[in-house]
Amino acid sequence: MRKVSRLSRFNVVSLALGLAFLYLPILILVIYSFNASRLVTVWGGWSLRWYHEFFNDRAMIEAAWMSLRVAVSSATIATLIGTLAAVALSRGERFRGRTLFSGMLYAPLVMPEVITGLSLLLLFVALNAERGFWTVTIAHTTLTMCFVAVVVQSRLGSLDRSLEEAAMDLGCDPVRAFVAVTLPLIAPAIVAGWMLAFTLSLDDLVIASFTTGPGSATLPIRIYSEVRLGVKPEINAICTLVIALIAVVIVIASLASKLSSSQGESAAPL
Amino acid sequence: MSARRIFARPARLAAIAPYVWMVLFFLVPFGFVLKISLSQTAIAQPPYEPVFDLMAGWGALKAAFAALSIDNFRLLVSDDIYVFAYVRSLTVAVTATALLLLIGYPIAYGMARLPTRWQAVAMVLVIVPFWTSFLIRIYAWINILQHDGLLNQILLALHLVSQPVVWLSTDSAMYIGIVYSYLPFMILPLYATLAKMEPVLEEAASDLGAPRWQVFWLVTFPLSLPGVGAGVLLCFIPIVGEFVIPDLMAGSNALMIGQTLWLEFFTNKDWPVASAAAIVLLVVLLVPLLLYERLQKRQLEQGR
Repeated sequence: MRKVSRLSRFNVVSLALGLAFLYLPILILVIYSFNASRLVTVWGGWSLRWYHEFFNDRAMIEAAWMSLRVAVSSATIATLIGTLAAVALSRGERFRGRTLFSGMLYAPLVMPEVITGLSLLLLFVALNAERGFWTVTIAHTTLTMCFVAVVVQSRLGSLDRSLEEAAMDLGCDPVRAFVAVTLPLIAPAIVAGWMLAFTLSLDDLVIASFTTGPGSATLPIRIYSEVRLGVKPEINAICTLVIALIAVVIVIASLASKLSSSQGESAAPL
Repeated sequence: MSARRIFARPARLAAIAPYVWMVLFFLVPFGFVLKISLSQTAIAQPPYEPVFDLMAGWGALKAAFAALSIDNFRLLVSDDIYVFAYVRSLTVAVTATALLLLIGYPIAYGMARLPTRWQAVAMVLVIVPFWTSFLIRIYAWINILQHDGLLNQILLALHLVSQPVVWLSTDSAMYIGIVYSYLPFMILPLYATLAKMEPVLEEAASDLGAPRWQVFWLVTFPLSLPGVGAGVLLCFIPIVGEFVIPDLMAGSNALMIGQTLWLEFFTNKDWPVASAAAIVLLVVLLVPLLLYERLQKRQLEQGR
């Protein structure tokens, strides 16, 4: 019998091409952000000129600051509420309105953003809420808590429930059992959920455009209006900074989750 | 068993905060979209005639009901611009999803066949670009595709073309942008089902004499259909309502529905028509949305 190696040449080629397709454009963007030339496509040597330009662009800095504040606050609220939702769905057994609940949580994952953005704006207008930081934060929380809920719920689903039951047999009340046993075990998923919420918020253009007010543009809104006018080297620099920020967040979070998961493993046999 | 039930009670209480939040900020807003889609356009701030005023009492409420109109919807089906926009959105979404499947499948298949140790690495490599901003990834491609961008420079240097090709503001640019942005959403569910598949099944088929393509078509592909379904829905639904990619990369002569909604809202300030467009979009997507919900639910709750 012919024993084929599991990985055929076709597999290797498609993997290599796929990864190149995913990474080359980003790499090119980063390299060109250090280009000294004003023409985006002509290489004029290495330079930090466009970063300098960005740090002197007050409107851009303000938009970046607004985006960061929105991302941190909405990711934090979304992580709290989203984790509660995941606990209710995976540990609450049956309860009234469960189908509606899970329906409302899963729909925003794929719902076109124009619909979510428009509907939230109409709500804010009806409530006569002043649009700005808080309306964008609420809108982003609504979107991102669904992602947090799914990430945490899949982790809860794969947990061995006998651990919680053992804690309760040993005299813990449910809340104590959750805090002492379940919470440390799902901590990596909660961290991952926060990260996902943070980057989704930092990234969002459509929902923010609908729900923000005059004078409080987020970074993607600023970038979008610049990109519409054409490619500018300064935008390359901003994009590179955002990529660097997200990379740092990913590294910190994966270190944190590695730390907590190894703790969780060492705690489990005890 | 009883411990499980005791645990369930406070877990159910945990639903209260997210439940209230989602009803208030997800469900109720749709009511407002529906309401405003049925109201008349007005030149005011906000730019629509109020339909209900609960404080005004019964008589006013009755009058308001009488004033409800489906004019906005009538406009949507009678004006070619909107009909074309819906047709175009669906065509683009079908084409792009097919492209994504064609490109994503071989990559996911390659990942699933890597040694287990490398599979985790490959998965991280596929997810990481998804973490870097969506707008930035589109912008990266605009850099490459512009008139004197890298792609044209390479093509010229290789003498494949004699003068720069116009890439931006064409449908090809838009498809590149969509495929690039949505590729991880297609690869990950495909990879998840392909990785779970027993390699013995493929080996058995080839031991019984099936040529490779037949092994793929008769064994591998049918077994991966749940992943195909998830990937297709995960891409198709948001692409139908996509705004940013067609706006930045495609030409402006044919609009998708997300773009017309945006235009009505931000440029024409016609909130009622924009709301009606959103309702129609929602109705078009209702069946795929329900399918997706069922799939998601089954996947997340099969462990229970």
